[in-house]
Amino acid sequence: MKLDQLAKELSLCHVCGSLDKEATNVYAGDLLSWVMSHATEGDVWITIMSNVNVAAVASLTEAACVILAEGVQPDAETVQAAQQKDVTIFSDSRSAYELCCCLGAILKNG
Amino acid sequence: MTDAGINFHFDVDGDDFSSAGAASVEVKKNLRQLGFPPDVIRKVAIAMYEGEINMVIHANGGTADVFVLPDEITMVLRDQGPGIADVSLAMQEGFSTARDNIRSLGFGAGMGLPNMKKYTDTMEIETELGKGTKIIMKVKV
Repeated sequence: MKLDQLAKELSLCHVCGSLDKEATNVYAGDLLSWVMSHATEGDVWITIMSNVNVAAVASLTEAACVILAEGVQPDAETVQAAQQKDVTIFSDSRSAYELCCCLGAILKNG
Repeated sequence: MTDAGINFHFDVDGDDFSSAGAASVEVKKNLRQLGFPPDVIRKVAIAMYEGEINMVIHANGGTADVFVLPDEITMVLRDQGPGIADVSLAMQEGFSTARDNIRSLGFGAGMGLPNMKKYTDTMEIETELGKGTKIIMKVKV
């Protein structure tokens, strides 16, 4: 499912990055080394981490996008790094669990 | 690519988390342009990133050299940090000496060195307390 459709279906707040990417799976986690070794290309990565290193990890794992859960907002440095690395970031007020449930349903059907 | 291969050199700034990962991202981009398979690029990128982060967290920075041959990619990371007191302990998943402020950034899970070993075909650690650490990792293509 393309990110623009995914964002519409979940009413996600778009922070930065292209919406013309394909999301194929979901990964949730906050320990960056763990995410580095487990997240894969096309993942929607859900995290509450919002520091600048999130952009590097998302880029290196080729995650389709990052969703910052629980209302977390990225700082300007993170947004700038994400833009430089072509990383797409959304933010949302729901918890990681709630987002996983919603994403599981729409990716399964989509 | 010539028989002599292509080499990349990076300086990794210490205590600068904003640029940590810059070398890994650059290497990944270059390897992709050179046409290496995605699984090889992923292994190199993960190992490089963990190495970079370790140098930022523990050693006040260092250098990273990447030697690219058609059949093998070698990464050499050097720092002049405190050295690793007990390498076998440091290689255990979950062991970390990172400070709390580092953990709050999502690091210090004790996955760095284990990930570097896991995603490379060989990894050698030369370390001396008070002098620094040199890590040589190879990924076969």
